[in-house]
Amino acid sequence: MAGTTVLGRLTWQAATVAGVAAETPRVTTIAFDVPGWPGHQAGQHVDVRLTAADGYQAERSYSIASAPGGTRVELTVVHIDDGEVSPYLTGELRRGDQIELRGPVGGYFVWAPGDGGPLLLAAGGSGVAPLMAMVRLRAAAGSAVDTRLLVSSRSWEEIIYREELERLAGGRLTVVHTLTASAPPGWAGYARRVDAGMLAQVGPGPAERPRVYVCGPTPFVEAVAEALVGLGHQPQAIKTERFGPTGS
Amino acid sequence: MDELMLDGNAAGGVLGEVFAVEMTTATMMCGGCGAAGPVGAMHLFRGAGIVLRCPQCDNALVKITEGGGRMWFDFGGMQTLEIPM
Repeated sequence: MAGTTVLGRLTWQAATVAGVAAETPRVTTIAFDVPGWPGHQAGQHVDVRLTAADGYQAERSYSIASAPGGTRVELTVVHIDDGEVSPYLTGELRRGDQIELRGPVGGYFVWAPGDGGPLLLAAGGSGVAPLMAMVRLRAAAGSAVDTRLLVSSRSWEEIIYREELERLAGGRLTVVHTLTASAPPGWAGYARRVDAGMLAQVGPGPAERPRVYVCGPTPFVEAVAEALVGLGHQPQAIKTERFGPTGS
Repeated sequence: MDELMLDGNAAGGVLGEVFAVEMTTATMMCGGCGAAGPVGAMHLFRGAGIVLRCPQCDNALVKITEGGGRMWFDFGGMQTLEIPM
């Protein structure tokens, strides 16, 4: 397992913006080229460091949204109005700009096709990013692992990766959306916060011993993890990645 | 700050600058309640530094502060640290 591999110490390295793409009105994906990138596992994150002209530095952690491959690393960032880092990342960065990255980080919240499944992935808002890396890797590897992805978004317009998920879904990948703030006319899907009943319907159930990954704002993760344990899932099988409040 | 992550995973970067092994899968045993779990599953709070807390009893396991080209580790709340090699 990679978690037991001696990797050498991490250092900050320069990353060059290779592309910027809007996902939703508030969410942007930034692709970086990182020369010498050692490769990453789906679910890992990087630390981003910005340095102002006066030397002031700010650091944030962002999950890697892209599947492992080459020297490319994609981060999906939510614009926080009063944020210190995200307005710069989402609004100011242009192709060719450089920032500093440290990573890849983490061997806990990761999945590889060889780990098997079934998989139950639950995302709140931009928490879908590391789970998207897993879904993308699963597709790229031709894995047939039974995968259920439950995505909670405020509205249809705010679903991140919506079109790509529509393309990838099918076969043994089921994508289920719930909309918590507003739903389009005629919406027949879930329109409430994730709860035990929803998780039981999306499955797989505890008897199938799924590997469970939950990522989102802290209240989302707490509520989902609690509901999963209530349904009978083993706490050790539930891996979580919490973010501060991001309006999701 | 809004964007901060609140899992032990978020300490992986700073720990990775010091330790040459992946630390989020290392197991910490709480000096308060004796519960053990991976660093990635601990609760993390960020202020002037980083504090990792036991998810069971909230005991501060590790405090990390950086500044002036140095890093301070206070492991006072932890009983053992088991590192996969």
